[in-house]
Amino acid sequence: MTEFEVAEAAVQGALDAGARYADARVMHRRHEAMHARNGEVEQLHQSEDSGVGVRALVGSSWGFFAVPEPTTAGARAAGRRAAAIAAAGAAVAGPPTDLTPGTPAVASWASACEVDPLEVPLSTKGDLLVGVTAAMRRAGADLATALYEVWDTAKWFVSSEGHRIDQRIRECGAAMSATAIGEGETQIRSYPGARGDFRTAGWEFVDALDLPAHADRVAAEARALLTAPACPAGETTLILGGEQLALQIHESVGHAIELDRILGWEAAFAGTSWLDLAKLGNLRYGSPLMNITIDPTIPGALGSFGFDDEGTAAAARYAVREGVWTGVLAGRDSAAAAGLDYAGSVRADGWARLPMVRMTNVGLEPGPHTLDEIIAATDDGVLMETNRSWSIDDRRLNFQFGCEVGYEIRNGRRGRLLRNPTYTGIGPVFWGSMDMLSSETVPYGTPNCGKGQPGQIGHTGHPAAPARFRNVRVGVSG
Amino acid sequence: MTQELDHATRVLAEVAATGGGEAAVAVRRTANALTRFANSVIHQNVADETTTVLLTLHAQGRTASGSTTLTTPDGLAALVARTRAAAALCPPDATWPGLAPPTPLTGSAPCDEATAGAEPAVRAAQVRAFVDAAGGLSTAGYCRTTAHVGAFANSAGQAVTGAVSEAGIDGIARLGGADAVARDAAVRVADLDGAVLGARAAGKVRALGDPVDLPPGDYEVVLEAGAVADILENFGAHGFNGKTFAERRSFAELGAAQFDPAVTMVADVAEGGLPFDSEGTPRGRLALVDAGTTAGVAHDRRSAAEVGAAANGYAVAGSSWGPFPLYLGLEPGPAGGAGPAHPAVDPAAAALVAGVARGLLVTDFWYTRILDTRSLVITGLTRNGVWLIEDGQVVRPVTNLRFTQAYPRALAPGNVRAVGGTPTRVPREWLGGWMNSPALHLAHWHFTGGAAG
Repeated sequence: MTEFEVAEAAVQGALDAGARYADARVMHRRHEAMHARNGEVEQLHQSEDSGVGVRALVGSSWGFFAVPEPTTAGARAAGRRAAAIAAAGAAVAGPPTDLTPGTPAVASWASACEVDPLEVPLSTKGDLLVGVTAAMRRAGADLATALYEVWDTAKWFVSSEGHRIDQRIRECGAAMSATAIGEGETQIRSYPGARGDFRTAGWEFVDALDLPAHADRVAAEARALLTAPACPAGETTLILGGEQLALQIHESVGHAIELDRILGWEAAFAGTSWLDLAKLGNLRYGSPLMNITIDPTIPGALGSFGFDDEGTAAAARYAVREGVWTGVLAGRDSAAAAGLDYAGSVRADGWARLPMVRMTNVGLEPGPHTLDEIIAATDDGVLMETNRSWSIDDRRLNFQFGCEVGYEIRNGRRGRLLRNPTYTGIGPVFWGSMDMLSSETVPYGTPNCGKGQPGQIGHTGHPAAPARFRNVRVGVSG
Repeated sequence: MTQELDHATRVLAEVAATGGGEAAVAVRRTANALTRFANSVIHQNVADETTTVLLTLHAQGRTASGSTTLTTPDGLAALVARTRAAAALCPPDATWPGLAPPTPLTGSAPCDEATAGAEPAVRAAQVRAFVDAAGGLSTAGYCRTTAHVGAFANSAGQAVTGAVSEAGIDGIARLGGADAVARDAAVRVADLDGAVLGARAAGKVRALGDPVDLPPGDYEVVLEAGAVADILENFGAHGFNGKTFAERRSFAELGAAQFDPAVTMVADVAEGGLPFDSEGTPRGRLALVDAGTTAGVAHDRRSAAEVGAAANGYAVAGSSWGPFPLYLGLEPGPAGGAGPAHPAVDPAAAALVAGVARGLLVTDFWYTRILDTRSLVITGLTRNGVWLIEDGQVVRPVTNLRFTQAYPRALAPGNVRAVGGTPTRVPREWLGGWMNSPALHLAHWHFTGGAAG
């Protein structure tokens, strides 16, 4: 019994029970995470899960059912169950759900991986985390933490239209942070970002991060922040580091261009979008420097794949071009509902969850400057780096971000450290104020994007570089 | 013996046969089903049934944990072998807190078999009632039913089992760009009433027409159950988390009068959830705040050992987040008098609205994120309905606002004017279960701007 045979049985079960379309994913996933604290391994956890999820379309509703450890008979039964669940939606039905035409691919794809992260000895990985947390403690951190995570996912996809695709995707990354604890507050510095950084790559990516080289610096900066002046309140010129800009893109562009949100399918929880489909192709999203791509083909980026979880081949397209909104993240059902002819952005968090519209790699194309040039061109402003908090409204317009560290910018030079830097704004106004953009692009990976009911965690990539924004409100505090 | 306890004892036997060590095995079988609707149509209808086996092994002074969904004999044997190999390569674990000793359960929540096995037609009927009661307005939301069957066994002799059910409805009605919400949760899906909730959401959204902008600043507020649930969520995740407490990143000081005397916050196994945690420690009634005094935090065995306390049943399997309280609730205040019978006002908040001279009625908080764990400063926005209250009456709807507020300061002595007399069970989005949330009347809440800029 092969995984494809299990998936085919699930699809056939759904069709036999009345589905007009069905697909199934057999998935096998291994995950490993190690956490260290203050020079000791705090936790090592390895998990393995395996199962089949089958999706059946009946009338206006998807039905989805998932079971672990499938046999062909069990998968066939799961398919029948999925169709029955879908059919129950007839009690509150709408017009039949259509799918935009797809190409039934028969293919195999694997992400590049030089060093299998699950084959790297645990002692090597443990030594790394123990070493950097001990170093941060020695350098003044009250609390020093570090982690790595590894995912190794194999999946086999079959649809009633003839798709037959297998993929293997290996992802990993690491994080470290130093916390200084004061009387009334804590200060934290992290590397390479607040949530670390992750790629669709092997352990060579973690090696390249070179955590030990940053241990002393982040600890010293966390301690210095405790006595740094607070970020002043007011309107000023804001320079964002690339890691923070990556999250700004994720929250105020990536989620806003999800077609299921635009159509109201996520209205009750994740929310909707300020974007109106009638303005696709005409709406100004930001300044002419703003070119945002949806690109799951970027080698090594965390949102990369060969095919999405409904079998659409990875392809790049613009979401925003020279500041004008031009594209969305879509699935075959949402694209059909919106009258669009492309999909390719549907993924599921494991075999037990229904695939849904998710970000792939949504990023900003490089600009013509460098961070040094941006600072040198700024008379008065604030540079903020490394995300600490993030909040945005349910239409993806009003945001407030906090960063770990700020720097005063005066007369083209980086000045004093500023603690508790925050900034707030409205998406298109903010993006419209971007007047300088660096070419120093990094495809930051975000491994914790939440969406859906039941909740799903997605892995997304966000190419970003430092940029400058004018007349931004900073220093918001409680 | 349940099938889940059988899995656990098989894993323990395999551990004993392959080298021994201190072993703890937690098994959970979860059946999730959720019927989701948008634009007044059921569009996603999902279910899954998964059994997860978690092994924590401490052997030769080293510790590792592993989990699997493969419950065949080969799958369980592989789990043991993999976890043993991982432990052998780990550095020594100098702070291993030992296994939970054999201890009887101290209570449990009920399990409703009809809810545990509810067919999609049951959930669809609740959705139908919600949609119909909204009187033609566009609606969105879900009805869910969940069952957990758990077992735990360790090599120290602890062996316990439990089963719980849960159901929830959470939906919005939409009109003219505004949304309003109604929600409820229960052990029995039959105790939910989609029609009542649909009518309430529709009534609220019809009262949201033509909202006005208000300037930022400090406002007196009445927070309805959804907003209070967010406060509880953040206190639980950050403030009363045994790990953040042990690391001195929490505001909590045991024995200190950090809250208004009207505040009593508890986590109670009688409300819901399995009666033991993933380390096998029984979960009972945990008072976090007792009449304004900080009384406890949630602990697993490791955080408890770090501060010299006793574990109290809140270990989270395979997570480094730290232990946090489940089924958290505020003890309700005295039943108040009648309040305004305005469609904007949830009946559970009406008596509190009557006591406001000038302030805001807030339905929900949204996308709240922590700026600093120690001060528990949070930023977020209002959602699903805000109204201006003057002289005890709702006078007009208000556009959404952003706030930046230290949550302990919001519930500090003197800032809590009243706690509502009737709690609402607010279903949780990510972890299941619910928060037991009465409405709150607070003297000050710090709004930092309008959501429109």
